[in-house]
Amino acid sequence: MTATATSARSDLSELGRSETALRTFLHGLPGVDQVGAEQRAAQLGTRSIKTTAKAEAIDLAIRMVDLTTLEGADTPGKVRALAAKALRPDPADPSCPHVGAVCVYPSMVPYVAEVLRGSDVHLASVATSFPSGQAPLEIKLADTRAAVEAGADEIDMVINRGAFLAGRYTEVYDEIVATKEACGGADAGRQGRPRAHLKVILETGELATYDNVRRASWLAMLAGADFIKTSTGKVPVAATLPVTLVMLEAVRDFRAATGRQVGVKPAGGIKTTKDAIKYLVMVNETVGPDWLHPDWFRFGASSLLNDLLMQRTKLTTGVYAGPDYFTLD
Amino acid sequence: MSERVAVRKTYKLFVGGKFPRSESGRSYLVQDSNVSLASRKDARDAVVAARAAVKGWAGATAYNRGQILYRVAEMLEGRREQFVALGVPGDEVDAATDRWVWYAGWSDKLPQVYGGANPVAGPYFNLSAPEPTGVVAVVAPEAPALLGLVSVIAPAIVTGNTVVVAASPTAPLAAVTLAEVLATSDLPGGVVNILTGRLSETVPTLAAHMDVNAIDLTGVTDAELAADMEVKAAENLKRVLRPVSAGHDWSADPGLGRMTALLETKTVWHPKGV
Amino acid sequence: MFEYAPAPESRSVVDIKASSGLFINGEFVDPADGGSFKSINPASEEVLAEVAEGGAQDVDRAVRAARKAYEKVWGPMPGRDRAKYLFRIARIIQERSRELAVLESLDNGKPIRESRDVDLPLVAAHFFYYAGWADKLPYAGFGANPRPLGVAAQVIPWNFPLLMLAWKIAPALAAGNTVVLKPAETTPLTASLFAEICQQADLPAGVVNIVTGAGETGRALVEHADVDKVAFTGSTDVGRAIARAVAGSRKKLTLELGGKAANIVFDDAPVDQAVEGIVNGIFFNQGHVCCAGSRLLIQESVAEQVLESLKRRMAQLRLGDPLDKNTDIGAINSAAQLSRIRELTTAGAAEGAQQWSPPCELPERGFWFAPTIFTGVTQAHRIAREEIFGPVLSVLTFRTPAEAVEKANNTPYGLSAGIWTEKGSRILWMADRLRAGVVWANTFNKFDPTSPFGGYKESGYGREGGRHGLEAYLNV
Repeated sequence: MTATATSARSDLSELGRSETALRTFLHGLPGVDQVGAEQRAAQLGTRSIKTTAKAEAIDLAIRMVDLTTLEGADTPGKVRALAAKALRPDPADPSCPHVGAVCVYPSMVPYVAEVLRGSDVHLASVATSFPSGQAPLEIKLADTRAAVEAGADEIDMVINRGAFLAGRYTEVYDEIVATKEACGGADAGRQGRPRAHLKVILETGELATYDNVRRASWLAMLAGADFIKTSTGKVPVAATLPVTLVMLEAVRDFRAATGRQVGVKPAGGIKTTKDAIKYLVMVNETVGPDWLHPDWFRFGASSLLNDLLMQRTKLTTGVYAGPDYFTLD
Repeated sequence: MSERVAVRKTYKLFVGGKFPRSESGRSYLVQDSNVSLASRKDARDAVVAARAAVKGWAGATAYNRGQILYRVAEMLEGRREQFVALGVPGDEVDAATDRWVWYAGWSDKLPQVYGGANPVAGPYFNLSAPEPTGVVAVVAPEAPALLGLVSVIAPAIVTGNTVVVAASPTAPLAAVTLAEVLATSDLPGGVVNILTGRLSETVPTLAAHMDVNAIDLTGVTDAELAADMEVKAAENLKRVLRPVSAGHDWSADPGLGRMTALLETKTVWHPKGV
Repeated sequence: MFEYAPAPESRSVVDIKASSGLFINGEFVDPADGGSFKSINPASEEVLAEVAEGGAQDVDRAVRAARKAYEKVWGPMPGRDRAKYLFRIARIIQERSRELAVLESLDNGKPIRESRDVDLPLVAAHFFYYAGWADKLPYAGFGANPRPLGVAAQVIPWNFPLLMLAWKIAPALAAGNTVVLKPAETTPLTASLFAEICQQADLPAGVVNIVTGAGETGRALVEHADVDKVAFTGSTDVGRAIARAVAGSRKKLTLELGGKAANIVFDDAPVDQAVEGIVNGIFFNQGHVCCAGSRLLIQESVAEQVLESLKRRMAQLRLGDPLDKNTDIGAINSAAQLSRIRELTTAGAAEGAQQWSPPCELPERGFWFAPTIFTGVTQAHRIAREEIFGPVLSVLTFRTPAEAVEKANNTPYGLSAGIWTEKGSRILWMADRLRAGVVWANTFNKFDPTSPFGGYKESGYGREGGRHGLEAYLNV
């Protein structure tokens, strides 16, 4: 039933070479029953996380935030401010942790890099003609190399959903492999050591079914993704709990099959502490503590951070704060 | 010219589509004919035959069962005079024939009338459908000999049950003659099994039998015996149809009750998703 | 590690009276002989209340009150007015749902998550559903003028105290009957609170009577000469005794009894959902569920993988304080039930099956049993044949669909069954052949007031829920 438990690592590495083998494998993955998956996600959402557990969860969630701005109107000033906030989310409270990363467009990378230099905050850049992915491969790869050269150590690429939905799996696979290679920057292909981690955005809102989410997750992992990410935030349906559940099951099964751990990043639409904690509960009860770390789970979000900070302040002071008391960057 | 010597009929049991004598080798006299006196062993054999027939009969299409029951009515119509010769009034034979026809038509309609989709509060397909309960023991009413018998057999089998019938001890000839009708109607062997003889011998065996799913006590007139049979039936929680009151009008519209009492409702759930 | 801090639901929402009487003819009264018993919290063994024990005299009073109410008030009342009382009750249950849920968890031991999210919503929905039938009976398919039976004697179990009460009372009242209900002796408290709700709804006196007590009280009720209908949910042994007790009477009988359901997992199942379904099938309500999927049949080719996933999932189950909102498995309802579970699991181990439970710390006080699976079970094992009624799963394997059907049906019970496969035609093929009243395909333990529920064979007869559920309370 799970190809995961029966296939050896070496078997899986060959899959990308043949359209037939890849298709057979992806379509042989166990199906996902929509109703059952959504019920499980909803059930996990009823967990009640209070007091000490909530405090821990909030700090962990802050450390997992990929603080994001992906607007046409982004400017150097805007992204510098965002980067500053990433380093010190709550200037009034030095015990507040920094976020996981700042996520911007490639052209904004240099400005963010200046601010983050010397810190532990990662710098993520979207690439590969984000968000549509509709550009010639060479342009997408150049986009990636440029971002890495400019200082990004994480690349958020988009898959070619059109190719995926049309069943051209090797095309999607090959693009991911090539992008992964481009994550080595201008030296790609020679040094063979990527300078940037690759997050692969599946744009689950366009994949229509959980079966497709599971297949796309495996496809991305087989092709070398370090992270699988739900969404660009640019289509109507972004991250949801059940989609993330299916992706978590995929990384869990993938590690069981290959020994390699892959991270998960829900992105878009996660706005409140309550939402974020539901995701952490889901991580905890689906894949366990190994993934409860910013290296393995991230939130792609912008407004989430301020809500986390407000709830954090409430827990430490006992008083509900208001938005005026947190920076808007 | 000498009068022709008639060929007499031997009235035997009807079990598994065959006409065996009682394994006990006994008979009793009714209307100058020797009729098999069924034993407890005959009752058990009949249950085995009825059980063996369940899979095929319950698994047949409703259309097929309806066709076969209609065929029974055709055969019955053709043997009208035979029943009349046994003393069954012609009107009663006609009514019995009409009742077969009526029940025959229910085979592919009852599941629609008695089952259906349930609008559950969630993303589920949910459908309830009736299914036969299995092997049914039937105590036929003492009278009317033919209409009463038909009125208890047809509703039990039309939905896919198989039956072991304890025929009226005082009117077994009509029952055996009906068996001959059934045997020539494409009804698979074992769907209807008919035992003649004393109720006190066969019915307790059937009521206590653990491989019988339901018992119809319609023809039990002794209230104490009926209660006792119901107690025996409780051992494996048989579905029980209690005796009808004296003076029951067998010509009235029978309604669905005799069919639905011998049905199970199965409800199937499945999620609706993509 | 991410440890969830305790998140207890407040019990201050419910005011538990130190003693509760019988509810007869619209009033709380003391029993004729003054007997009483204690209802305890199975999670702590703390005494919750002293409860009146009804004797034969009390039962007789209750039946008389019900008869009078049937003849004078409820029987003659137009269906539209009966409906309005039932709608009122449904609304009050919704309004007081937190209180009822907390009381249910305290008295029964079930997790608040389940009493809050499953029991109480279904209770209210059941009253709401049948309320609507009260003035539509001629359209129910039982003739132009279906008549009620009269006085219904109803005996319910302890596993879903309030939900079973709703399953019994709502259709009976909608059809125009009056009732005398006996709740289980270990879980009488929500029934008493329901009696208060009847008062709050101004339900006419005598329409609902609640007589608390144990087996003898139930027997007196079932055997009372003036009841027209007996409805029982509980064990098959007691069901058999009731069937004998009403033999030869005019009393119409419906029984919802035990089960030993097969939950069948094929190699092409949606495995993550199947694992959830297995867990929900046997660990929901501590396995105190007559339709629990207590026999897991896994296709042999995937047995190892499924078991591995199941064990991983079981390790996430949180056992403990039923009032903690994060508890998945609460307390076993009584010491007697706990010893029954222990007896059968001991037999399972003695007969050579392999027992496994996740690491699980049991509280010191109260009645607890860790979620448990037995592998290497065959059809010959007691744990594969007898209803354990606890959080214990017996795992068997099969090779072909036909073998799965054969094993699933190889039991005197026939209440429910589960099928897990992504192949539609196989689901329908299996569903046709499984001898069970409810077949859940790619789901399990789902209930709805519109959906008929009840068993084949020794799981009982009659259906509860839906249009079919009315038949039990009408003279048809």
